[in-house]
Order: sequence, then C-alpha cells, then structure tokens
Amino acid sequence: MRRGAGTRAPLLLVATAGIVVGLLLLPLAYLMIRVAAGGRTLDVLGEAETWRLVWNTLILAVGVVTTTIAVGVPLAWLVTRTDLPARRVWSTAAALPLVIPSYVAAFCLLGFFGSRGLLADALGVDRLPEVKGYWGSLAALTLATYPYVFLLTRSSLQSLDPSLEDAARGLGVSARRTLLLVTAPAIRSAVGLGALLVALYTLSDFGVVSLMDYDTLTRAIYVQYKSLFDRAPAATLALLLVALTALALVVEYRTRRRGRLYRAGPGTQRQPPLVRLGRWRAAALAYCSLVVGIFLVLPAGVLGYWLVRGVANERELGTPWNETINSLAASGLAAVAAVAAAIPVATLALRYPSRSSRTLERLSYAGNALPGLVIALSLVFFAARYASPVYQTIGLLVFAYVVRFFPQGLSGVESALERVNPRYEEAARSLGHGPLRTTAFVTVPLMRSGLLAGAALVFLSAMKELPATLLLRPIGFETLATEIWGLTQVGAYSRAALPALVLIVVSAPVLYLVSATRRFESGAAG
Amino acid sequence: MKLLGGLAVLFAVLLGGIGCGGGSDGPLTVYSGREEELVAPLFEMFTEETGVEVEVRYGDSAELAATIAEEGENSPADVFWAQDPGSLGAVEEYLDPLPDGVLAMVPERFRDRDGRWVGTSGRSRVLVYNSDALAEGEVPDSVFELTDPRWKGRIGIAPTNASFQAFVTAMRLTEGDEATRQWLLDLAANAPKEYEKNTPIVEAAAAGEIDLGLVNHYYLYLVKQEQPDAPIANHFLESGDPGALVSVAGAGELESASDPSNAERFIEFLLSENGQRFYVDAAEEAEYPLVEGIEPKEGLPPLDELEGPNVDLASFGTEHEATIELLRETGYLT
Repeated sequence: MRRGAGTRAPLLLVATAGIVVGLLLLPLAYLMIRVAAGGRTLDVLGEAETWRLVWNTLILAVGVVTTTIAVGVPLAWLVTRTDLPARRVWSTAAALPLVIPSYVAAFCLLGFFGSRGLLADALGVDRLPEVKGYWGSLAALTLATYPYVFLLTRSSLQSLDPSLEDAARGLGVSARRTLLLVTAPAIRSAVGLGALLVALYTLSDFGVVSLMDYDTLTRAIYVQYKSLFDRAPAATLALLLVALTALALVVEYRTRRRGRLYRAGPGTQRQPPLVRLGRWRAAALAYCSLVVGIFLVLPAGVLGYWLVRGVANERELGTPWNETINSLAASGLAAVAAVAAAIPVATLALRYPSRSSRTLERLSYAGNALPGLVIALSLVFFAARYASPVYQTIGLLVFAYVVRFFPQGLSGVESALERVNPRYEEAARSLGHGPLRTTAFVTVPLMRSGLLAGAALVFLSAMKELPATLLLRPIGFETLATEIWGLTQVGAYSRAALPALVLIVVSAPVLYLVSATRRFESGAAG
Repeated sequence: MKLLGGLAVLFAVLLGGIGCGGGSDGPLTVYSGREEELVAPLFEMFTEETGVEVEVRYGDSAELAATIAEEGENSPADVFWAQDPGSLGAVEEYLDPLPDGVLAMVPERFRDRDGRWVGTSGRSRVLVYNSDALAEGEVPDSVFELTDPRWKGRIGIAPTNASFQAFVTAMRLTEGDEATRQWLLDLAANAPKEYEKNTPIVEAAAAGEIDLGLVNHYYLYLVKQEQPDAPIANHFLESGDPGALVSVAGAGELESASDPSNAERFIEFLLSENGQRFYVDAAEEAEYPLVEGIEPKEGLPPLDELEGPNVDLASFGTEHEATIELLRETGYLT
C-alpha cells in the first residue's frame, strides 16, 4: 500500500509544497520578530496569570472537542447507517449550523438564554441564572464547530467500502462487534481530523469568549493589542497558542491509523444494509430534534425575532447586495486558492511519506490556532513593508483567508487522496505518464469530491471571517461579516439581523458540495 | 478538471487586475475608529463641500493604531480619526503637528500639547441607570460611592474598553495610584458585572440586569433608537469627580500623508460649523461639539458646566501602560 523508500518525490512537487508552507509560516516569522524586538517574554512566561490563561484555553479546547464528538459522531452514524425517518432532511439540517458565525451564535444564545433574554420573558420570570463564562463559551463554540466532526465522519461512513464490514460479518462477527472492530477504526482518522479543526477553531476564537466573558489566550492577546502598544507580550502569548497547536497535532497524529482502508474500486457501490432502529427510533428522533432545535432553529429564530422587532420599530433595513457579492467573491477565490495550494502539500505527505514530508505537512498547521488579528497584523507588517502593490488589495485578503483556513482545504484534499487507491496512479505511471500528468489526469479527477468538500469548508469559513477582513480588505470593500460587525458595534441588532440571515441563506447551498461526496465519487467511475 | 482550470485562470486575472490599483495618489485616505453607522454622513458632507473624494477604512481604534504602527512609513493613511486620545497617543511618532490655526479652534484641554492631534467631539463619563429601579436622587454623585455594599452586584463596567481605562487613568492622575488601587479592589468586592463595551452595559441597564453602569453619555441615545421605551437615563457626576471625565474623539495627520493639504482640510472641516453641528442634528448622535458657540443637543448640560477631573488628555497615551498594569494587578484584566 505504500511506495518503497526508494521512490524519490519529484523536485517540482517538493519545491511547490515548500513554497506554500513557507508562505503559511509568515505569521510565525512576524511573532518571532516581535518577541525578539520586545524582550518582556520571560516576564510574561513567569506570571501565574499567563498559565491560568493557558489552562483556561486548554480546558475549553478539550471540552469543545469532547462535546462536538459526542454530538457529531452519533448523528453522522444515525443519518448514514440507520433507518431513521427523513434521514436526508436531518442530514442537511444538522450540517447547517456551520454557516452561522460563532459570534452570531453567541449573540443568539445570550439573546435567548441570557439572564434577561427571550426565554426569561417567555417564562415570565424576572431573571435566569447567568449562562456566560465557561459553559456559555462551550455551548456557543459547540454550536459553531460540531458540523466539522459531523461532516467529516459522515463522509467517511458514506465512502467506507461496505465489503469490509460484509467480510467481517461473513466471518461470523456480530453486528455490534463489527461496528466496534471495523467501522469505528475506519472512521477514526476522519473523527480525529474533525476534532483537530474544532480544536484549532476554539484556540483562535475571539468573538465567543469575549461575549461570554471567559478568559483565554486569544482574548488576552486582543486585550494586549487594544491596550498596550508594546507588542512583545501579545506575541509571546500568541506563541503559546502555537505550542498548544503543536500539542493538538501530536494528539491527532496518534489517532491516525498507519494502514489505510482503500476502496477496492471507485465503481458502483452497494448501499450498506441499514441498521433497524426499532424501539430506539423515538429516542433517535428526539436526539436529532434536540440538536437541530438548539443549534439551528433557535439562533435562526432569535435573528428572525430581531428582524421583526426592527420592522416593527420602523428601522431602515437595506438589503446588503454589495456586501453579499463581495463576500461571495472573496470567499470563492479563497476556496479555490486554498485547495490548489493544498494539493502539492497533501500529495507529498501521503504519496511520498517520509519524516520530512510529514513535518512539512504538519508545519502548515502552525499558524492556524492564531487569532485572526495576529494573522492580519503580520500580513500588514510584511505587505506594507515589502509588497506594497498588493497591500490592501483583495489579493492580500484572499491570501489571509488561505493562511487562516488552509487546514480545512487540506483536510478535504487529504481525505480524498487517502481514498484514491495508489494502484491507479501506479498504472498510469507504468503506461509512461509523468508524475504531473498522472496527478492532473488520474488523481485529481478521482479526488473531485474531496476537493469540492475542502473548497466548500474554506469558503464557509471565509464567509464568516471578521478580524482579518477588517484590517486587510480594500478600502470600502464591505462584506456581510463587516456589515454585521459595524451594526452590532452600535447595538443595532435589529438591523444586523438581516445581513446575518443573508449570510446564512447564501452559505447554505454550498454545504451541498460537502454533502455531495457520493454522487461525485460514483460519477468519477465513468 | 476543466472547472478547476477555469477557476485558476479567473483567479489569476482578478489578482492581476486588482494588483495594479495599489498606488498612493488620488483620494484622501482616512482610518476611522469612529463607527461608520454614526459618521458616514460627515464624510459625504466633506466631499460635497470640497469636491475631495475620501476613502475610509473603518475599524476598532486600537486595532487601527496597531495597523499604523505595523505599516510604519508605508502607511497609506493620510488622517487617523480615533475614538480616544490613547490610540492617537500610541501612534504619536507617526503624526505631523497640525497648524496653529486648526488647533486654536478647540479649547486647550481637548487637544495634544504638542499639537499632533486635536479633539473633534466630546463625551462625558456618566452613570446610566434603570429608571424603574432607581429615582434620579438615589443615583450616586461620585464614583467613590459605588464601593458601598448596597450596590453589590448591581453595577456594570467594561474594563477591557478604552473608555473605562481612560477613566481609571483620570483617577490615577487626580487621586494617585494607591487610592485608585484601593478603589478598584473595593469595587471588585462589590462584584460588578463585566461587559465588553459600553453598548451592552446600557442594554443591560435597560433590561434590568444591572441598575447602574459606568459609560459614556451618548450610548444611551443609540440604545433608545433600538428600544424607544427602555427605562434608562443618564446621571452626570459632580464636578471634579474622576467619573465625570470629559474625553474626546480626535484626529491627526500622518507624517506619511501623500496629500497633506487635503488632510488638513478634512480636519478643519470636522471643526467647521457644519462638521460640529452634525453632533447636534444627527438623530443617533449626542456628542458634544467642541468649538465654542455651538450648543449641544437639547437636554444635555452645557460643556463648560462639565467640570471633569483636571487632567491632561494628551498624557493618556503615555499613562496608559501604568493603568493597564494596575487593572491587571487588581484582577480586572488578564
């Protein structure tokens, strides 16, 4: 299943992957420069407060990863492998919260469950217990990120060759043990990858923890930037985030399987037999309703309520056409660029596995737990100094999105590449095709679904991105996210509700690309 | 594959096309920490009056200051218009002194001593209160009364917000570091509720989540736009109290400005009759005009009656770090 150690990676591939990863490491270089110029690093590292922040950040990340797996994995299994009624509807609805920006999710949760929120009004009680702090952050971040785990697990379950499970059953293994011994290990790497994306998101998130008033490293970095103009302490805290990223990567790597389960062929596949839920059906339905109710219906409902209140108060509500077009354009470009950049990195890591190719791939994650503000300022630093023609152009904004969301593109490319049997490539090579042609005409077409899924994930994240957009966008370039920010800045929620709903509505169809895995894969056989 | 190839070509063309437009000539570039929702009409008025096109980058004042610092000499900005003197002070080294004629339009206490920036509108710190819960007479006249145990759990503050930090700086400058530390510790013992910024405090007061909040006076009017019937009002504190600090939003011209004369024209416009009347006429605005002879919005006490603490706003930039340190030590910041 692997190439022999003798196979050397083509130079062009190594060079391209190297350049991509080098560019992704710019924020890290900036942090080094700031730390070197400052000199208060040791003071910061010596403070008990710093380690309290590290601990807070760590327990939040572990908490969010745990809840997202607990929510996402059973849901993915229910919608792919059981006779749950209306599986497709649940499958779509459960993925939709991915399009809700986490700061909007936090606003909505507070607006509903807040001590004087809509729920308190509805119950007629004076005030409810406070939902802020750790648990509030956990809830809002779970809402915003569990779809990563759900989607990756679902796609892994869908593309898992049922003949593997059949073989186990044929050997007399019980259904329950097959689930445990064959299915669970087979999806483990997908769950791990989803969890990694969740962890990186949580580490870098500022919107939720600031609204929920919970102290993490990212929040402290913002406070430092906003209040102190000595940038070394902020850079030091940011480097601690990078260290936590490294920890997350090690954990994730350990969950990966060494041997991979390839499909025997990309051709027609049978539906795996569905598990009959029987008397568990009601419980399963209740579970799905609960998840979708809290994570989708509730935030959409709160936004709807604000919109209605705005109409009732006769506030001016303009449809944000320009903002929508700008968001779509910048995010679309970012999606294409991120996936294109991920192909050489993934190919090198998976097809020419070696310590150095793996390291290169892992390095590409280094900046991804960094808050958007840090990434933005690092690109301000380099672009204004050394690349002023691109500074404050859409090109640099798109580049910032790629830097922030590269792992999401990479996850799509890698999971697709993992499922393409290298034998097809070997066949092409033995027929005299060069590595480039083989990649272009054999591998990439077989990976189409994964590429689209990766592109869709990047697209959805870029649609929601705020901090880097604010600082790097061309002047006058308003996106839906900046519009929502501008309005919530002055407390105009009823007017912010409309762009927020538009963001959700225009993002939703893109989820279809993530979901369409199966169709494309079987299409690729023809 | 065709699809991907096509997209790649499109991408290259777009990047190439846009990459050409990055020159520094042309319209006046303003970095504005003031919210677009509030001040966009002012920029339109300026263009109408002078014919000078303006490009505005909106953002958080401190983040824009950090951006200017990272851009260094290559900043595309001509003017920096910030919410607070602290952000202007932070980029002082990149600002050019303004002409005396512009500086003279504004009272001395509302501008930089070295003439690098000038205040454009004023805001007073006040206590916003829930008028269902409290009568105006019950609202304290000094921030020093807020440490009384009867206010336990009833006060809202925004310790990470620049406006709260400026107020703490004012207390340090008038009462000294020790007294301020003690006040902060006593207030913390009263378990104030913390918010990210002013607007949520006013909303919390409207919702009855808190009874009192330490805020700038004009946020009340913003929240009233959203909730016209909210039971909230402002209480101005006694003169000399640090909680009665009158601060300013202000503007300065970047040394690297590509068009200094238009940058000055813009700052002059902000201080002109039209530029200053804006704060009186615009529905969502209620800040104080700073130029003499222009009365503030109805219902506001006149500016010269607001005797905040006797402090030099221009020193807030350099004093900021010590304030932050104090807030960290007393557990308000991380």
